[in-house]
This record gives sequence, structure tokens and C-alpha cells, in this order.
Amino acid sequence: MSDHTPAAKTRGDRKAAVGNVGRPPVGWAVPGIVFFVVFAIVPLGIAVYLSFCDWDGLNSPTMTGLDNWTRLFKDSEFGQAAWLSLLLTTISWVFQTPVALLLGVWAAGRQRSRAVLSAIFFIPLLLSTTAIAMLFRALLDPNFGVIKSIGPWIGVDPNVMGSSTGALLVVAFVGGWQFMPFHTLIYQGGARQIPDVLYQAAAIDGAGMVRQFFHITLPQLRHTMTTSSVLMIVGSLTYFDTVLIMTRGGPGTDTTILPYLMYRTGFQTYDLGYAAAIATALVIVATGISLLMVRLTGFGSMRSTREGM
Amino acid sequence: MRSGIFSQGTRTTRWAATAAAMAMTGLLAGCGSGDGGSDGGTLTAYVYGDDAVKVQQAAVDSFNKTSDVKIKLVPVPGTDYVNKLRSAMGSPNAPDIFYNWGAGSIKPYVDAGQVADLTSAVNDDATLKDGFIPSIMTAGGLDGKIYGVPMRGMQPVMLFYNKSLFAQHKLEPPTTWEDLQKAITTFKDAGITPFALGGAEKWPELMWMEYLLDRIGGPEVFRKIQDGDTDGWGDPAVLKTAQTVKELIDDGAFGKNFNSVDYASGAAPTLLSKGKAAMHLMGSWEYSTQLGKAPEFAEKDLGWTTFPTVAGGVGDAANIVGNPTNYWSVNSRTKHKDAAIEFLKAMASETYAQDLVDNGDVPTTSNAASMLSGSPNPQFATDQYQMVEKAPSFTLSWDQALESKYATPLLTEISKLFAGKTSPEQFVEAMKAAK
Repeated sequence: MSDHTPAAKTRGDRKAAVGNVGRPPVGWAVPGIVFFVVFAIVPLGIAVYLSFCDWDGLNSPTMTGLDNWTRLFKDSEFGQAAWLSLLLTTISWVFQTPVALLLGVWAAGRQRSRAVLSAIFFIPLLLSTTAIAMLFRALLDPNFGVIKSIGPWIGVDPNVMGSSTGALLVVAFVGGWQFMPFHTLIYQGGARQIPDVLYQAAAIDGAGMVRQFFHITLPQLRHTMTTSSVLMIVGSLTYFDTVLIMTRGGPGTDTTILPYLMYRTGFQTYDLGYAAAIATALVIVATGISLLMVRLTGFGSMRSTREGM
Repeated sequence: MRSGIFSQGTRTTRWAATAAAMAMTGLLAGCGSGDGGSDGGTLTAYVYGDDAVKVQQAAVDSFNKTSDVKIKLVPVPGTDYVNKLRSAMGSPNAPDIFYNWGAGSIKPYVDAGQVADLTSAVNDDATLKDGFIPSIMTAGGLDGKIYGVPMRGMQPVMLFYNKSLFAQHKLEPPTTWEDLQKAITTFKDAGITPFALGGAEKWPELMWMEYLLDRIGGPEVFRKIQDGDTDGWGDPAVLKTAQTVKELIDDGAFGKNFNSVDYASGAAPTLLSKGKAAMHLMGSWEYSTQLGKAPEFAEKDLGWTTFPTVAGGVGDAANIVGNPTNYWSVNSRTKHKDAAIEFLKAMASETYAQDLVDNGDVPTTSNAASMLSGSPNPQFATDQYQMVEKAPSFTLSWDQALESKYATPLLTEISKLFAGKTSPEQFVEAMKAAK
């Protein structure tokens, strides 16, 4: 829209408008910036500050220098949690991406009953995480849940929540089940943007459905995939509620991923300084990974997927 | 065209700045407005928000009728209680009176000088001094001082069992370790899980540790730890306790899938009521849980007894673990301490005890014994009261007796032990190392 704005119309002797062709004055950003600073930047700064302190939440924080950070690197529990977080993130990505991609591309088409099915697929995203976690908890109860009757048929031990691998896979599955519709939606939007001419040209050249998918759809969805992957990875790294409700980090500590470890340290042990260090480490890692992905995929420079068209 | 709107330069800028300034002022005001609230002759009292709140509300209402200083009762939903209290106590909006579990649960507040020492207030006042079962009054204190007044029912941990299953297999509820072993073997052979255990949560596992350690080494072992000596975990009785847990698990006493059995969703109690498990070690609230979920079973088939002795152990079989009761403590910074203490005296009154009894609780007041016949479940209430009254020692649940900085790692280690992730020896080492 703003592309069409003739520069001449914004001319004026008022300073605020000069040099801001087609853009609102800075004033408009103030409310947003104020809220962002008060509710995001300041707390983040405080968390970083607290990571250098010892604080129980009652007395005033005392500076302890790098104590929390050196402890972080020696703490085997943190190491385990970091590893589990990484594992969960990988499993989530591998599980969600192909399904969401295929569903999204399918949903972008014009088939019969597509709209109805898309609406049904979307339902998990509308439910609250707590409700979903409690629902699955009940379904997976080894004595009274559905898993007891159908587990043996599909080769799943009804005690799946009691085993370390089982519990982690369940957490990944429930998260995937919940957020797949969201990524499907992203891919659907991406696939809708692909110009029909590409497919028409390919069809003339004799390319079938599969070839069209691999040679047109996939390359055209490169940026969409980056967007979805960054959201997925950051989401998995900060995944918390399902673990809290479904496994409480157990059995033992085998699903204690970083955010849950942070919660336990901060709000059950009340070692808020160390919890702040864990949180800060998490922020650094998540930001690092997102930046790296954006850089590696060329997403940052926003090179168009339609160059030369 | 959007540019038309936005090019109105100064006016919009000024408007935006004003809006931002207003938002900012609002925020700042929001941050500071807490100070004014607690004044004007009002005492704020935090209470754990569950069904029993109506009993406290009645006490508050009748207190407010005669007193100049009014009390405002704030029920905090159960799961949020600990966190909410913690954040409130660190802020200017701290409650004047607050519900707690005594001992370790209030230690951080006591250390921070936030809890009023009630020792002399209690000792100088006959109502408070003689109003409660003495072991309950002391269980909530710290270092011999009194910081809280009992205000709810007692919650000892008891061994519940399915009477018809025991009759069917011609067994008596176990009183010795030998009986227990025999019961385990018999039920296992019959395809019944000997003990229901909600191992997806950590605290039901903790109950086993508490009773086993008490029976093996006596209450002194944990008392030492509670008093701040982490070396106490090195006591041989602790290792023996952890080993016994492992033996029970390996023996199949809790079945194969206890690690994924929930308590809160009702899975563990249902195992007992449906006859899939024969026994369940649980707090006395199990009775009302069963009454709610399986009334017929609770009235006919639910039995209860004390935890059996352990072979070679020195602990008295009459000792009890669990939550003696809950307490009201008073904030040391309150402006109306006398009024607060006046309110606490109502906790020893007959009316209050009667309200608790009517609610299905067993009060910890000394006058309660005679009222229990009027309880909705007189037999259970009387047995429970006598069990506690006769107990030489009442050990407070470890997760409440210890400060959260020790209690949380303890629960994690117990969960690892029960999940078979660590050996009994590793458990002991981890606990000794917890700082």
C-alpha cells in the first residue's frame, strides 16, 4: 500500500514529517516501546543482574560475582537438562516439520472438503495447554487410561510415562500434536503465495505432482521453513507447561528440561539467583540458535525466492 | 491513504506522547499503590483455599462482629499458596496473619525476622496454652519457640486397606514386617498390587521414606537433620531405609507401573477402591477422598491402621508421621499484633472445633475428643484422634519440616531413587552433599 504513496503528498514544513517519507512519526512507537521496555527489557536486565547474585526472594539479593555461572558449568543436572532440551527440540522438529509441511501444502490446495478438514486439524491449537496435558495424562494412565487397552495393540507399553525415553517422547508428541496446526497454517500461507504460473510451466514441461513438490514447492517455501523452524526451536527450548503437568520432570529427572529446571530452582527451591543464571543461559542459547539459523538460510538478507521472475 | 493521517505531525506526536506518559504514570502508580491498602484497622489473613475455608470464614465473621480491628480473609487457591505467600512476604503487601505448615515451612520467614515470636503470648494465656494437644503445638515450632497456633484438622499418614480383599485372602492388616511380607506375597500371587502408590508425584513416595526411617532408626534420626545437620543423612538408618525401598520395589510391592500412577487425578485411590491394590499409605484425607469418589467402598470396605514395625528397627510402632495440622502465624511487622493474637485465641474455642468437626476434620484442640461422636465419620475421626494423641512422636512431613532449599532436592532425589535411577548408596551421598 505505502508503495503507492506519492512522496509529494507528505511534503510539509513540519519537522516531524521531513525525511520520514511514508512513515509515521516516532511518537507512534512510544507506547509500544514503553511497554516493551517495562515488561521485557527491564525484567530481562534484572534477570541478568540476579544471575550474579544470591537471592532467596525474601532478603535483599547479595552479589556473589560469577558463582552462579561457574556452578552452571559444573552442575551435572544442568548438563543433563541442556542435553534433554536439545534432544526434545530435535525430536520436535523432526516430528513436526514434515507433517506440518505436507498438511500445509495440501491445505493450500482447492480440494473438496479441504476447508472442513483444515478446521478440524486446527482444533488442538485452540485448546489450553493445561487442558491438553491433563487430557493426555488421563489417556496415558497405566491402569485406567485408553493406553491400557490399546497400548498392547499398537506396540506401546502402557507404562510409557514411567519409562525415561517414553516420557520424553510423550512430551514431544503432545507438544507436536498441539502446535502442528500452527505450523500447518504458516506453510499453508507460504504455499498459497507460490505463483500458479510456476506449476503451469512445470506441468507443460511434464513434471508430475512429486517433481513439482520437490522442485517448486519446497524451494519456494525455504523462507517459510526458516520462520516455522525458528518458532519451533525457540518454542521447544522454552517448553514448560506440558512437562510441569504431565511428568513433573520425572521419572527421576529424565524429562527435566532447562525451563523446568529453572522453575524448580527458582520457585520450588527459591534459589532465584541460580535460576536467573539458567534463564539467562537459555535466552543466550535460544537467541544464538535463531540468529544462526537466520544467517545460515539467508533469511536475514531477505533474498527473494522469486528472483528473476 | 495512510500518509494523510500520519502527516498531521505535531498534533499526533503530542497525543502519542501524552498517551505514553499516561501509560507510564499508570504503571508507576500501579507499582506503588500497594502501600496504602493494609491500613485502617484491617488485618489481612492468607489461608489455603480449599473446602475448609468456610470454617475460617465463620471464625473471621464472628471476630469482626465484636472487634474494632477487622480481619479480611484471603483464600489463595491451593497450588499457588506457597508461591503467593513467598512473593507477598517479600513485598510491602505481606499478610498480617498467614496459614502455614509450621517448622521448616516458615524458617526462611523466621530467619528474615518476619514472623512474630508467639512463645510468651501462648504461655501467658491459658486458652492458648492448654487449648491444644501439646505434641502438635511443639511440632510447628522452631528451636523451642512457638511461631504458630494450630488452626485446622490433623492429617496423620495412615495405612489404608481394602477390607474385603484382606478377608478374601484370610489376612489381617500387617503389624509387623513379617505380616507385611506375607501380605505382599499373597496379593502378588493373586494378581493384586500389594500397595497403591502414586509415584508420578513425589510426595506419596516421601511418605514411605518417612515411615520407614522412623521405624528403622526412630524419630531422632530425622530430628537431627531437621535441626540443620546434613550429616544426619549419613546415619546408617537412612541407608537402610533407602535399601528397604529398593527391596520393596524389586519385590513388586508397588506393582510395575507405579511411576506413572497419579494421585491428584484419583488414579491411586481408585486402585484401592476397585480392589486392584490392597493397601495405600496416605494422609488421613484419603478417607474423604474415597468418600467422595467411591462412597460405598469408603463406608463398607475401607480399613485403616498404623504403619507396621520393621524387622530390626528401633522406632516405636505408635509413632506418627504426616502433617500435625496447619498453623496461623503472625507477621512481625503487623500494626495490630494484639488483635491478631486475640483472633488466634478463637482457634481454641469450642465453636471453632465444632465447625471443624462438622466439616469432617479432626481438630487438634484438647477439647475435641468428646465432640468426635458428632463427626460425619465418628469411627474414623475417633481412631485418628486417639492414634495421634497416643503417639510418642509426630514427625512433620519432611518437605514441610525442611526449608524448600533442602526439601526440593530431597524430593528430586527420592523420585530418582524410586525410579531406579540411583542406588540407595547414591541417594545417601546426594543427600549428604545437598547444601
